[in-house]
Amino acid sequence: MKALRAVIGLATVMASSLPVLAASDPPPGAASCSGCHSGGVTGSSVSRLNGRDAGEIAIALAGFRDGSLPATVMNRIAKGFSDDELRAIAAWLAAQK
Amino acid sequence: MGVSRRISRRKFCSASAAAAVTALASPLPALAQSAARIVVIGGGFGGASCARALKQIDPKLQVTLVEPNRIFTACPFSNNVIAGLRSIEEQKFGYDKIAASGITVAALEATTINAAARTVGLADGTSLAYDRLVLSPGIELRFDALPGYDEAATAKMPHAWKAGEQTLLLRKQLEAMDDGGLVVIAAPANPFRCPPGPYERACLIAHYLKTKKPRSKLIILDAKDTFSKQRLFQNAWKELYPGMVEWISLSQGGKVNAVDPATNTLITDFGNHTAQVANVIPPQRAGRIAAIAGATDNTGWCAIDPVTFESRSAPNIHVIGDACLAGAMPKSAFSANAQAKTCANAIATLVAGRSPAAPKLINTCYSLAAPDYGISIAGVYHPKNGLLADVEGAGGVSPLEASRDFRAREADYAQSWFATITAEVFG
Repeated sequence: MKALRAVIGLATVMASSLPVLAASDPPPGAASCSGCHSGGVTGSSVSRLNGRDAGEIAIALAGFRDGSLPATVMNRIAKGFSDDELRAIAAWLAAQK
Repeated sequence: MGVSRRISRRKFCSASAAAAVTALASPLPALAQSAARIVVIGGGFGGASCARALKQIDPKLQVTLVEPNRIFTACPFSNNVIAGLRSIEEQKFGYDKIAASGITVAALEATTINAAARTVGLADGTSLAYDRLVLSPGIELRFDALPGYDEAATAKMPHAWKAGEQTLLLRKQLEAMDDGGLVVIAAPANPFRCPPGPYERACLIAHYLKTKKPRSKLIILDAKDTFSKQRLFQNAWKELYPGMVEWISLSQGGKVNAVDPATNTLITDFGNHTAQVANVIPPQRAGRIAAIAGATDNTGWCAIDPVTFESRSAPNIHVIGDACLAGAMPKSAFSANAQAKTCANAIATLVAGRSPAAPKLINTCYSLAAPDYGISIAGVYHPKNGLLADVEGAGGVSPLEASRDFRAREADYAQSWFATITAEVFG
């Protein structure tokens, strides 16, 4: 959790120190998620991730990656990212409206 | 820069296009003189996603979407329409919400591109100036690649590889076919739009035949020896449609060398197949405007930088979606949408004077073997040696052994994906 908070902290610092659009700069991979997960859509049974707790998202992604959580496709996707990348994606999704 | 911009701005002012008039009629913000102008050509999953992402990332950007069709007809799930499982109306989306989000929609065809002057010429003779241009033109069917298969032949042997009238024509032909008829699908060599598409189509047509015309047969004549989700599809054919679907690979003589629309015959090295319904999916290349822009190479597709999606041959022009050569990334709507958002971020970063960081992209492609039987392929990609390469250890297809409940969940996720992505892009 400490590391996660550090990542979120770092993301915030980076966001405020870079000009123009750094606050919305997604970390590697994050921009792809909304293809399935923008949520709030009639007829979709895929969960919305924007604004969810970063820790929850990060724990789920770690669980998909190591196989401790059941999945259909997220296990295959989570394996493409490091711990740090998954945490950065979780923090970014949590910060989205 | 200052001079050329002023000239091109004057050109823009003289434009009589409704779109240009709209843009000028609205009061320009104080910083408009320095706000970058981004023109996006093509209003499909790639272009429409990119226009929206650009405006979302930086509302000050002046974004114009050039798309002659007022209605977009989506290809994903159009195989369900062919199989009588879905209405074509559910495939149609308009551009009203995109226009309402501050994007100028120019409902005209882009006919010329002057890369040196950074202008796009439109069908009515007007032009649009840009700082960065995004091409998302999708595919052009090659009517020079398969003897006998020209544009006129599509009225007899539909490709149904661009959704719309062709989709409905193939549907009508299947409805009119007698029980016991032969359906032939001719599948092209790589690369082409939607690699699992011909095989999903075989499944869903077989689903229709099994239900309504059970003595019929379906043959896939293939110009390849392997295809996407192959084992999963082959298992599904055996499990769901035993004896009905036959796949003839390249090495078994499956490559169609010519067609005769008059007799509905497909000609291979090993013999002729005369079909009651012939679905010919011809070879393809990038949509025509890509070649006009000088963005295509000798393959007919567009080589791009894997970080920015900028063309390897045409500076300040970015290519996304089916038209680009994205390395390991397949030509899918999901890929186009993911590339669009990555490209939008890169462009916003570039016009802000910064360098974009290396991205990672995801693709997830669902196919339906039956309405309640979904399978998928996924991948994660990163720039490597100048291409988008698979991240090793990630991605792959659905498990070969899985419960029908698992397949049903993937079918449900397929529907959910379509609802979500079309809401993100057009809603």
